[in-house]
Amino acid sequence: MKIHTYENVFLWLGAITLVGCMAALAYGSFGLDIHLPTRAGEIDPQQVRSTAPFDQPGVREIAPGRYEVVMTGQIWSFTPAVVEVPRGAEVTFVVTTPDVIHGFHIEKTRINMMLIPGQITRNRHRFDTPGEYAIICHEYCGVGHHTMYGKVVVK
Amino acid sequence: VKPTPTVLDPTGFTLPEEHRTWLRWTIYIGYVALTAGIFHGLAQALSYANIDILRFFPGLRGYYQGLTAHGVANAIVFTFAFSNGFLPLMTARALGRPLAPALLKASFGLLLAGNLLVIYAVTTNQASVLYTSYAPLQAHWTYYAGLVLIVLSTWVALANMLLVLRGWRRDHRNARIPLLGYISIVSYVMWFLASLPIAVSFLGFLLPWSLGWLEKTDPLLTRTLFWFTGHAIVYAWLLPAYVSWYALVPRQAGGRLISDAYTRVVFILFLLLSIPTGFHHQYTDPGIPEAIKAVHAVLTFGVFFPSLATAFSVVAALEIGGRAAGGRGLLGWIAKLPWSEPSLATQMLAMLTFVFGGISGLINASFTMNQVIHNTTWVPGHFHLTVGSAVTLTHMGVAFWLIPYLTGRGLWSRGMALSSAWIYTIGVLIFARGMISAGLEGMPRRTFRVAATYTNPAWDFGGALTGIGGTLMFFGIAMFFIVIAMTVFAGVRGAQPRDVPVSETLTAPALAGWERYLDRLGIWVVATIVLCAIAYGPFLAMYLPARLVSPGFRLF
Repeated sequence: MKIHTYENVFLWLGAITLVGCMAALAYGSFGLDIHLPTRAGEIDPQQVRSTAPFDQPGVREIAPGRYEVVMTGQIWSFTPAVVEVPRGAEVTFVVTTPDVIHGFHIEKTRINMMLIPGQITRNRHRFDTPGEYAIICHEYCGVGHHTMYGKVVVK
Repeated sequence: VKPTPTVLDPTGFTLPEEHRTWLRWTIYIGYVALTAGIFHGLAQALSYANIDILRFFPGLRGYYQGLTAHGVANAIVFTFAFSNGFLPLMTARALGRPLAPALLKASFGLLLAGNLLVIYAVTTNQASVLYTSYAPLQAHWTYYAGLVLIVLSTWVALANMLLVLRGWRRDHRNARIPLLGYISIVSYVMWFLASLPIAVSFLGFLLPWSLGWLEKTDPLLTRTLFWFTGHAIVYAWLLPAYVSWYALVPRQAGGRLISDAYTRVVFILFLLLSIPTGFHHQYTDPGIPEAIKAVHAVLTFGVFFPSLATAFSVVAALEIGGRAAGGRGLLGWIAKLPWSEPSLATQMLAMLTFVFGGISGLINASFTMNQVIHNTTWVPGHFHLTVGSAVTLTHMGVAFWLIPYLTGRGLWSRGMALSSAWIYTIGVLIFARGMISAGLEGMPRRTFRVAATYTNPAWDFGGALTGIGGTLMFFGIAMFFIVIAMTVFAGVRGAQPRDVPVSETLTAPALAGWERYLDRLGIWVVATIVLCAIAYGPFLAMYLPARLVSPGFRLF
């Protein structure tokens, strides 16, 4: 029947489109080196303040042009509240939480990750454009959730 | 065309008055929840437009208390109350056999008791944890217990359907299960399997922790168990709508369903692929290897396929109807469809909005690209185009014949019924356009924007559209509620439809060959469990035992 021919053509075109989308995503990961947060270590959430590297949060240059930003997100602030990094530097964010789940989204970037008690969250980004970027907690974390934000200043 | 005898002939099936009552009251619980839920929906939409109306809500102690109520009432109670009534009725009608009244009562009782517990916990502000219930935010035990009872009510509804199937099989050796019954049962079998992980999370971790029997809990594991259930729950909301689109809508449009076998294959694909996809909600989580997230990305793309097949099948069935009514040309048949019939028109609007819901969902599922939109208002923009429109509008459309059918009263005001659907549809499209565009600019979801200490001018336009669209949605649902209430109290007695509008199929079920294996549900259940083990086994093997690291926090 004609209608079933149409149906088969439609489904094949759909399947090819889906495979094409997946190929594009694979290229993003393997070709462009874009990655999701993955396993990056565990921590006792009740000992965050006394466990390295979170006992000394802040910005450190780990190699020429490469920086590590160690932060904590807790109700209802980020520590440090403002971090400064130079333009063009590759910055790795290493973040955790001592209390509940928080979000960590740096606007206009693809640093968008969750902070989960017991886990260390890590991802990296290069800031090519100077300016101020808000870090927004985008996961509900209690009555003060909408007051929880920080800032990245790129100079 | 060889319609099966049970399709067109409702003799052998009469719905006893007692069954009618329990089914009706089960569904009413959902309407009451929906109507309560939309008040805070309005407050949320207006908050994104920088307007605060919360202070006019007596008894509400905060935005997130209302947001919890909105999520639980609209996404869980409204949807499952409908399914608990609709799917058993469809099974009974399709198989021409009565349901067990004791189980109808038990299902209703569990749903009601669960609701009362949740209402107590939420209204006393002891459970403002949002419907995702992420630990270590800790709610009062009645919240978790209430949700468990609501899930139990769905299991009892499924048990009722399976008993009907068992009885039918005894009397019909070697016959194919009638399609409407088959897809109704597969929908709830999928949900039953999908609900097991959240049962483990609630009964094994969160409930004993909220009672103080466990001092600490595991935030990552309970969150993972939530999403193990949590993506499939989306399909548990959607599949009853698909049941209507496949098996009822063609009849309402004067068309026919094009393929019996394809329809069964589609539902089997949903059974197989709905559950092992949960990590695509956790792409941005720490502690989960990227490779496992990639596997779930591929499986999520796989579950898009049966929805593509649905799009073809349902539109083809409508086209048959439109052409039978005299439609000519490539698109002329669309205008010939009975758009003045509220039930059908509402469901066609549901299908239209779902095109955008499906596309935006595929973008969410797109692995690293998810980092652009995760937890921004893009996400609620997306799911108000799925559960908030495809599902909601279909439930509304079905109600326009189902409530008359169950109450014995004709639909009150077809005009108002039609208007409610159009206003809601226009509203949700504006609303989602606002949320999606502001989400791309990073506007966070689940956030009391009007009180936030940060802002961004790029969010203003999208936020304003969210407010305008959300207001229209509120009025659309309010009108729907009036139509239903007036039908129940003032509809014309005896003007109701006498039967469920069951569709014929162009190709009847095959009595020999591979298609018969589609009816062997046990095989497919085992295959689903194997797929889930492949998708979740490696993570659980690597991760377990649970890390009980977090005490409870009550920050509301």
